[in-house]
Amino acid sequence: MIYREAGVYKSTYRADHAIFTIPQDRWSMIGIFAIAFLLIPAVGSEYWLGAIMLPFLILALAALGLNILTGYCGQLSLGTGGFMATGAFSAYKLATAFPDVHILFVILGAGLIAAAVGILFGIPSLRIKGFYLAVATLASQFFLIWMFITFGWFTNYSASGVISAPPMTIIGDIFVTGPQATLVAKYLFTLSIVVVMALVAKNLVRSNIGREWMAVRDMDIAAEIIGIPMLSTKLKAFAVSSFFCGVAGALWAFLYTGSVSPLAFGVDRSFQVLFMIIIGGLGSVMGAFLGAAFIVLLPILLNNLPTMLGLNIKTDMISHMEYMIFGALIVFFLIVEPHGLARLWSLLKEKLRLWPFPH
Amino acid sequence: MRIERDIIYIILGFIVLMVVVPWTAGQLSDQVFFNWPFFFEVAIGGLLSGVMYSLIALGFVLIFKASGVFNFSQGAIVLFAALTLVGLHGLGLPMWLAIVATMGVMFLLAVAIERLVLSKLVNQEPIILFMATIGIAYFLDGFGQTLWGSEVKVLNLGISEAPGFYFDGQILINDFDLFAAGIAAVMVVVLGIFFQYTRIGRALRAVADDHQAALSVGIPLKHIWIIVWTVAGLVGLVAGIMWGSKMGVQFALSLIALKALPVLILGGFTSVPGAIIGGLIIGAGEKLAEVFLAPMIGGGIEEWFAYMLALAFLAFRPQGLFGEKIIERV
Repeated sequence: MIYREAGVYKSTYRADHAIFTIPQDRWSMIGIFAIAFLLIPAVGSEYWLGAIMLPFLILALAALGLNILTGYCGQLSLGTGGFMATGAFSAYKLATAFPDVHILFVILGAGLIAAAVGILFGIPSLRIKGFYLAVATLASQFFLIWMFITFGWFTNYSASGVISAPPMTIIGDIFVTGPQATLVAKYLFTLSIVVVMALVAKNLVRSNIGREWMAVRDMDIAAEIIGIPMLSTKLKAFAVSSFFCGVAGALWAFLYTGSVSPLAFGVDRSFQVLFMIIIGGLGSVMGAFLGAAFIVLLPILLNNLPTMLGLNIKTDMISHMEYMIFGALIVFFLIVEPHGLARLWSLLKEKLRLWPFPH
Repeated sequence: MRIERDIIYIILGFIVLMVVVPWTAGQLSDQVFFNWPFFFEVAIGGLLSGVMYSLIALGFVLIFKASGVFNFSQGAIVLFAALTLVGLHGLGLPMWLAIVATMGVMFLLAVAIERLVLSKLVNQEPIILFMATIGIAYFLDGFGQTLWGSEVKVLNLGISEAPGFYFDGQILINDFDLFAAGIAAVMVVVLGIFFQYTRIGRALRAVADDHQAALSVGIPLKHIWIIVWTVAGLVGLVAGIMWGSKMGVQFALSLIALKALPVLILGGFTSVPGAIIGGLIIGAGEKLAEVFLAPMIGGGIEEWFAYMLALAFLAFRPQGLFGEKIIERV
């Protein structure tokens, strides 16, 4: 009743091509933006902003990147952590080599370097497919992390192998990295980047590039036969995906943790991001956000559950239990809804279309 | 099995490369020590540790062959089996009884996985099943350690770990590694006979070839999956015993799955001999590179070298050395 396409007349091509064609969608997006940009910074506590919203946004960005590669282009990748590390370390090198450059350009540059590395490691995808490719992408994961640990050049020869973000401002003296930065500034900065990139992603996947990716995902031979160039399409997916992951890695290192070692981007991180897109929904921009929210919140919830319930369990026991419950929930979710949370969302929309009438 | 000519060329090329590269490294760099007995010592040590990788990769291959599931939980199964074995042994059961009891547990685990997970995910895309096995892996990691604790446990088989000297005392070889290689060889033969000459083995091969055709001639798919997961569990148990007595039963066991993956793609997902030969190639290549190449480029290359090596092989044969040729139709 409330939510429906009927009665929405479009008189221009512009209106027809809008991302959100239904007024309710537009209003709810404006509502979400208002909450994210105004309400959360105003009422959110330090803990919520710093420990939940920041990792959620950054990982959602990484998940978006992986979703472009895996969900839209069908190339299963386990190298997300490596590309994030590339972003983080190139941002560090850029920021220390050119201290006067604005942070936006540093992050952009880090993304571009990650994209170049992504193209390099995407080349095998032209020949190797499916799970063979998934395992092959682990090569990039392990190689990149090893490279950042082994060669001191990447960390400017710091003894601990840890990089720390230099203090940088966005305008005037509003710091977004370093000790003077406030959480609200960090949050708003991250949020703006994530929103812009999400819009870019949404538009990319509805453009001809996105349609090419989906054709390759559905059947690459058929796609090749109808004239989609395999080389450039797959490498474009790798480049865009790595760009997103690289930006996410740079944000992670500079804004979320402030200082980071290569081990923060280990193979566990890759799996974590992969979980996000599977739980959230393959081939859906919104799914990346839903999955990231789920995967970020679940461990926090599990961690606090025993204290909330007043149970007294040893800490190592809690961490084992967490593993168990996490694994079980993953399996449970896959069984209940193999197409992810985004599918539940579209089911909900179907229902809303008819509500309150059953048929 | 017909061995194609290019496989032989690739393997020969690899062997030549693996001899030439260390030799040149030894000539060029003063950081690298090279003489022939030492070379063979490293190579044989690598081959033997490769056999240990094969033990893990075998479990992957069995399940992939029979159900098309890329079973990421094999590492967790190895850990779980080893933990259960040591735990039961610690409760006072004699070793042989503990082994039998653990076999029973592996069977129950297979039944549980089939009933609770696989049967609910029939006809889903491979990536969904893959994710489900990662979920199983997390669960088993947590479950095993909740049950039996997470401290490092010792598993002693009573085999000396002292190095023995062979070939006029020139070459050092670990007796334990030799024993492990022997076990792996026995396993391969047993599995080979099981697949080739028993009724169940025939059914398994039929299922591997074509699920629907197998169903239509009356092979019960459910039972087959339980059997395969049990066999993979038993292979995991053997791997767990060998690895556990080598490095102690601990959480790190679960991570050797990551060591077995390059073996798997190099040999091919669907081939038992592939898992063995892949293991040998990866094992030897990795050790030789670590000893003769790593000093020149910074050390610690064992982590990724196996993957790069596998990648190089895949460039020539995208389905792995012995995998079934991938034929795609529109």
